[in-house]
Amino acid sequence: MAHLSSSPTFAKQDFAEELSRRHRTARTMAVIFQASTIVGIIVLLTLMYNIINSSFGLVAWQYRVPPETLAAGAPLEELPREELLRILEERVSANVLRRLDREKPLTARSEQELYALVMERVVQPKIVKTWSLVDSIFRRQEIIQEVARDYPDAYLRFRSWLNARFLTSPQSSRPELAGVRTAILGSLWTVLITIIFAFPLGVGAAIYLEEYASDNWLNRIIQTNINNLAGVPSIIYGMLGLAIFVRAMEPITSGIWFGAAEPATANGRTVLSAGLTLGLLVLPLIIINAQEAIRAVPNSLRQASYGLGATKWQTIWYHVLPNALPGILTGTILSISRAIGETAPLVVVGASTFITIDPSGPFSKFTTLPIQIYQWTSRPQDEFRNLAAAASIVLMILLLSLNASAVLLRQRARRRIRG
Amino acid sequence: MDVKIAFQPSMRTESMPASAGKYAIEARNLTVYYHDRPAVRDINLAIERQRITAIIGPSGCGKSTLLRAFNRMNDLIPCARVEGEVLFEGINIYDPAVDPVLVRRRIGMVFQRPNPFPKSIYENVAWGARINGYRGNMDELVERALRQAALWDEVKDKLHQSALSLSGGQQQRLCIARAIAIKPEIILMDEPASALDPIATLKIEELMIDLAEQYTIIIVTHNMQQAARVSHYTAFLMVDENRVGYLVEYGPTAQIFTNPRDKRTEDYITGRFG
Repeated sequence: MAHLSSSPTFAKQDFAEELSRRHRTARTMAVIFQASTIVGIIVLLTLMYNIINSSFGLVAWQYRVPPETLAAGAPLEELPREELLRILEERVSANVLRRLDREKPLTARSEQELYALVMERVVQPKIVKTWSLVDSIFRRQEIIQEVARDYPDAYLRFRSWLNARFLTSPQSSRPELAGVRTAILGSLWTVLITIIFAFPLGVGAAIYLEEYASDNWLNRIIQTNINNLAGVPSIIYGMLGLAIFVRAMEPITSGIWFGAAEPATANGRTVLSAGLTLGLLVLPLIIINAQEAIRAVPNSLRQASYGLGATKWQTIWYHVLPNALPGILTGTILSISRAIGETAPLVVVGASTFITIDPSGPFSKFTTLPIQIYQWTSRPQDEFRNLAAAASIVLMILLLSLNASAVLLRQRARRRIRG
Repeated sequence: MDVKIAFQPSMRTESMPASAGKYAIEARNLTVYYHDRPAVRDINLAIERQRITAIIGPSGCGKSTLLRAFNRMNDLIPCARVEGEVLFEGINIYDPAVDPVLVRRRIGMVFQRPNPFPKSIYENVAWGARINGYRGNMDELVERALRQAALWDEVKDKLHQSALSLSGGQQQRLCIARAIAIKPEIILMDEPASALDPIATLKIEELMIDLAEQYTIIIVTHNMQQAARVSHYTAFLMVDENRVGYLVEYGPTAQIFTNPRDKRTEDYITGRFG
């Protein structure tokens, strides 16, 4: 230090001034970085506030037929089977009854099933108005007055739109009955196909590009193209998927070739087409991330392996891949998260907007959570907004749990390497 | 000439020295190119069996390149190309019919920085034998290799711990154990002690002297005292004005260090340059 301040180019005064200016820059930068983090957190909190605000709150229920009038004052839940059957016969049209009887003979149904049927077909509780969580808490008195004035025979309940029934019910045109089971299963099936398709293919391509491909113009072009593909808008992939999987490969994606579907009714708008389309979408991401991870494996390990008389494949299989695995998994997690949240390409590929049958395999019709949310938000009734918000929470929980399990998997892989 | 059969790995025993030829390995008119530019040129070097041969010379003279030419490790560098011959058991290892994997199986290598696999100590030693089709008692093999590498007493209670938990010197001896576990004829060592402290270095040197009873060892070193201490033969390389390495003098270490024939060797070992 002494020789610095005594040298002519580092006059002591200048140095002190210079130093305080450098510290000032450092502080300014720190504030800027902190601010950008805070903006990000605020945005996230706003999103959470919005979703949670709509997912819970007061609702005003109204019965089409008040239950008291059905059983002359006795509570509906306690009525015997015969009474419930009598109510159904009186109140429900013969046509509908015949249909229900075909599904499962009415006389064979349990008391609870009959009660549910009476509620659904006769009493028909209906939500007439909903309020947000914040309103429900802070404007409770006003809401009570409003209900008393506008809906005299309605009653007010606090409702969590996100509930067990919501998770286990299929789609319905009545918001109080609608659920996301079909959409959750659709999302899971689609992502499963995406992983099965894109993971081996992506990792394989990455191994080829990193370990086998020589550095020539053809491989450089391939590499550049893969990098560019990662930035192509997802709707383009949707159109690609529509052309290839839904149309050109229809006999395969519809399952006709495998005898899994009726040739007369089947088409290519299936889970398989959607999964393959999303697979194409995330393939470049998986390849690039896996390449990055493979490149990060120190060359000294490869040399050690070759030096022991290992072949190229033994080197890759026993040393390169295990060491690259945590990185490859991280990239795959990010890609799969993207696939789960993707909506646009699935609209093009032909996700069903209204479907009540669970997907049962790769050749099923399907919908996914983002499609469901998109569809609900575009409905005019308020209640569907609440459903969309609740479905958003489900989607986020699904994403988080998939990510968490993948992170655990990665940690395990990392521990195994470090020994 | 059935090259493949000649290179079948034989599990050699001490009493049965490897076949044909007076020398362990011999470079003839060897030139190694990187991007069509020679790194070392016209090397003629015959390595004695079961002796330690040191390759010394100033930085950038191609010592490591020459060493790696002896087991075709330069093949892994895409732009590298070799001219001339390297004879091992009477066969040119650069013959197109020779599989480099078999060459490396017979001519092992220890690198400058300790590079154990991120696995257990046991696995580090066992892996090479296993992939080369060893079917015997693996525990015995691991113990023997670790004993030969003078590491057994230090690690026998923690064989299944990560190799990365060892110190640098221990890691390097583990790498030597790993190399000798597959019973090569020749062990190439590329500055094996340059990343180690003096005590660890001493252990490695003692180990090399022990190993020379069974193995032919070629060592590249920057450290002339090390070459003088451990080696039986010394090859001195220099760079010419085009930055191409060439062999100046090769002979018994005692002669090179006490009575060099070439003025350049004398200048180098007396510390006048380099």
